[in-house]
Amino acid sequence: MDHGAPLVDFMGLTFNLSNILMITVASAIVFLIAVISTRRLAMKPTGMQNFFEWIMDFVRNIINSNMAWKDGGRFHVLGITLIMYVFVSNMLGLPFAITYDHTLWWKSPTADPIVTLTLAAMVVGLSHYYGIRVKGLKEYGKDFFRPMSFLFPLKIIEEFANTLTLGLRLYGNIFAGEILLTLLAGSLAKGFAGTLVAVIPTLAWLGFSLFIGAIQAFIFCMLTMVYMSHKVSHDH
Amino acid sequence: MLLNSFVLGASNGFNGGDILFQLAMFIILLTLIKKFAWGPLMGIMTQREEHIANEITAAEDSRVEAKKLLEEQKALLKDARTEAQAMIESAKKQGEIQRDEIIAASRAESDRMKESAKLEIEQQKEQAVTAIREQVASLSVLVASKVIEKELSSADQEKLINEYIQEAGEKR
Repeated sequence: MDHGAPLVDFMGLTFNLSNILMITVASAIVFLIAVISTRRLAMKPTGMQNFFEWIMDFVRNIINSNMAWKDGGRFHVLGITLIMYVFVSNMLGLPFAITYDHTLWWKSPTADPIVTLTLAAMVVGLSHYYGIRVKGLKEYGKDFFRPMSFLFPLKIIEEFANTLTLGLRLYGNIFAGEILLTLLAGSLAKGFAGTLVAVIPTLAWLGFSLFIGAIQAFIFCMLTMVYMSHKVSHDH
Repeated sequence: MLLNSFVLGASNGFNGGDILFQLAMFIILLTLIKKFAWGPLMGIMTQREEHIANEITAAEDSRVEAKKLLEEQKALLKDARTEAQAMIESAKKQGEIQRDEIIAASRAESDRMKESAKLEIEQQKEQAVTAIREQVASLSVLVASKVIEKELSSADQEKLINEYIQEAGEKR
C-alpha cells in the first residue's frame, strides 16, 4: 500500500484517476450483468434471468423485513443497484492489484473511504429526502423528538454516526482485506520458501475476503433499508 | 509510510472529484438498470404473477365445474337406480295382481264348469229317470195288458201302476 495515487487537479477538484477507473469498471460490470440477464425475457425464466430474479427477490426480502412493501417498493431499484455495485466493487480488488509506475491503479473502489462515504452519505441523504416526501416536513421534523424530546441531540448525532459507520464499515473491511492480501502476496512471497509459506494463508484469506465482500454488500443494502424504514415508516 | 496510509484520507487528501464522479456514476447506473433491467424484468414478473393467478382461478373454476358435473351424474345415477327399483317393484306387484287374477279367474271357471257339469248330470239323470219312468210305465201297461187279459177296473190298474212306479223309484 505504499504506492501513490494518480491524482489530477481539474477545475478546482482533485480526481483520483484510479478511483475513477475502478468506479467505471465496476459500474460497467454491474450494467453488463443486468443487461445480459434481461436480454431474453421469458415467462419461464432460464439461466441469467433466474439469477437476476433471485437478486430481485433477495433485495425484496431485505426490504420486506424492514418495512411494508407499499413504503419500500420505491427503494427496490436502489437496493438492487447498491448490492450489486458494492459486491462487484468488493470482488474487483481480490484477484490482483495493478501498480504501474509506483501508482496503484487496480483495486476495489470500495477500499477508498471517499467512495464508501459518498455512497453512505447518498443513502442517508436519500433517506431524509424520502422521509420529508412521504411523511411531510412536519412529521419528519417531529420524528427528531421521538420518543423523548431530550433525545434530540442524540438523534442529530445518530444521523452523522449512521453515515460514518455505514461508509467506514465497508471501507475498513475491504481495505483491510486488500492490505493483508498485498502483504501476503507482495511482501511475504519473496523467494521460494516465502512463497511456499504464503500460499496457504493467502488462499485462506482470499476465501475469507470473498465471504467478507458478499457479507458487506448484504449489510450495506440491509442498513440502507433500515435507515430508509426509520425515516419512511410510520410505526417504528 | 505503511502506517501513514492507514489513517483515513491521509494518503490521498480530499478528492472532491471522486465524490462527484462516484455520485454521478451511481445515479447513471441506477437509471440504466431501472430502464434496461428492472423495468422489463418487473414487467415480466408481474405478467407471470397475473398468469399464475389466472391459471389458479381457471383451475379452481374447472374443479368446481367438475365437482358440479360429478354431483349431477351422481344424482342422475341415483335417479336411474330409484326408477329401476320402482319399475321392478311395480312389475312385481303387477305380476302378483295378474297371478291372483288368473288364479281367481281359473277358480271361477272351474267352479262354473263344475256347476254346469253337475247341472248337466242332474238334467241327464232327470231325463234318464223320466225316460225310464215312461218306459217302465208303458212296459208295465204293456205287461199288464198282456198278462192280465182279464177285465180290470181302470182304477185298480192305475193303483197298480203307481205302486210299481213307487217301488221302482225307491229301489233306485
